[in-house]
Amino acid sequence: MTRYLLAGHSLVLDEALCNGCGRCVEVCPHEVFAMHDHVARIVSRDTCMECGACRMNCSEEAITVDSGVGCAAALIAQMARGGGTDSPSCSCG
Amino acid sequence: MSDHSCECDSTARTQPACCSSIGLTRKVAPTGTGPTEVPELSTRLGWKDRLGGWGVRWGINRMGYAIEPGLYRIGQPDRRAPVLVTANYKLTVDALRRELGGQDVWLLVLDTKAVNVWCAAGKGTFGTAEVVRRIQAVGLHDLVDHRRIILPQLSATGVAAHEVKRLTGFEVRYGPVLARDIPAYLANRLKATPEMRRVRFGWKERVVLAPVELVGAAKPALAIFTIIAVVDLIDHGRPTLGALRGFAPYLAAILTGGLLAPLLLPWLPFRSFALGGAALGAVLAAVWLWLFPADLLAGAGLALVMVAITSFITLTFTGSTTFTTLSGVKLETRYAIPALLSTGGAGVLCSLLAIWI
Repeated sequence: MTRYLLAGHSLVLDEALCNGCGRCVEVCPHEVFAMHDHVARIVSRDTCMECGACRMNCSEEAITVDSGVGCAAALIAQMARGGGTDSPSCSCG
Repeated sequence: MSDHSCECDSTARTQPACCSSIGLTRKVAPTGTGPTEVPELSTRLGWKDRLGGWGVRWGINRMGYAIEPGLYRIGQPDRRAPVLVTANYKLTVDALRRELGGQDVWLLVLDTKAVNVWCAAGKGTFGTAEVVRRIQAVGLHDLVDHRRIILPQLSATGVAAHEVKRLTGFEVRYGPVLARDIPAYLANRLKATPEMRRVRFGWKERVVLAPVELVGAAKPALAIFTIIAVVDLIDHGRPTLGALRGFAPYLAAILTGGLLAPLLLPWLPFRSFALGGAALGAVLAAVWLWLFPADLLAGAGLALVMVAITSFITLTFTGSTTFTTLSGVKLETRYAIPALLSTGGAGVLCSLLAIWI
């Protein structure tokens, strides 16, 4: 598995809020989470791509992550337009 | 192509009646409907589908390759049949239906503006609101007895399963990442194995991106060639073959960044794409100057520009991968852009000096 800069940098899981539903384990494309005694844990932060699927599907709002598209072309285009570096949106399909 | 298949093409967005044009009605009566009133999708791809799919890989009609959103059927689904939800990018629908031979399922196609599942979820068009809206628009409550819909796992960045449940009563099950695994997933009572949940980015996934990378590189290539041709014209007073020879190393750098870097991705040094690309560009420049020796100034200029080009194109590949993060891209772009501009600028300066001194 190829790893990237600052992988999982912004991912935070508040285990105290976890209700043990397991959705984060289900939706993560990089096996970042695992369930231990009905509580989710981050077991592979280094493969996290900050896609935000886990946060989106956590009904208890126990997960926060600064998600967005990891695309330099989109970021550069936005910087060129003077739009700063906050959440660039991808323009390709 | 069978008479019962609805083969909508790129014109689907401008022709909402695409499906009815082949004698099928998209209307679903509220209760007690026979499945035959819902248009059927064939599970076999015709030559038009293959040609269209090949085209979009090369960037032809990539942004408008859609089918009409709504309800479709595969085979003869009944009131207990599974409901699969997908995007209306035709390449996506084709990839899905070709895997569903022999199945009897409903297909709920969302309006994702002709964008694939993962990207549409990231943009929010494959999102909770569209899922809820489409469930209601096709009257899914009256069509099936169960209250369960199967979404592609990669749509989870845009869909909040608990919200869909709250708003429609339908429970969201996230199916496998790949359409290929759907038959096994259905047979396995809607349980995905960890294997089915993992996103891979092997050489096959990277190779299919090659054409669109090449098309993307065409514009900068043309720009560089134009500059070289102009310099050559000024230098000789007429266009010469020297312009083509002068363009060759830059073309090599573009192809290295656009094709070789994606293929060699797992073996590139550094986690940063810009650094990995620069390393590859340096190797290329060394090989090039070994094959075609140049004097110091010209050689330095060539090497610097080659490194800058390769690094930049490799950096832009971040958007095509399945593992880069926004935090990381922000970090490396912030450093890479000034560094590449000065490297490239210094290289151009050396090259011009080498010509005119």
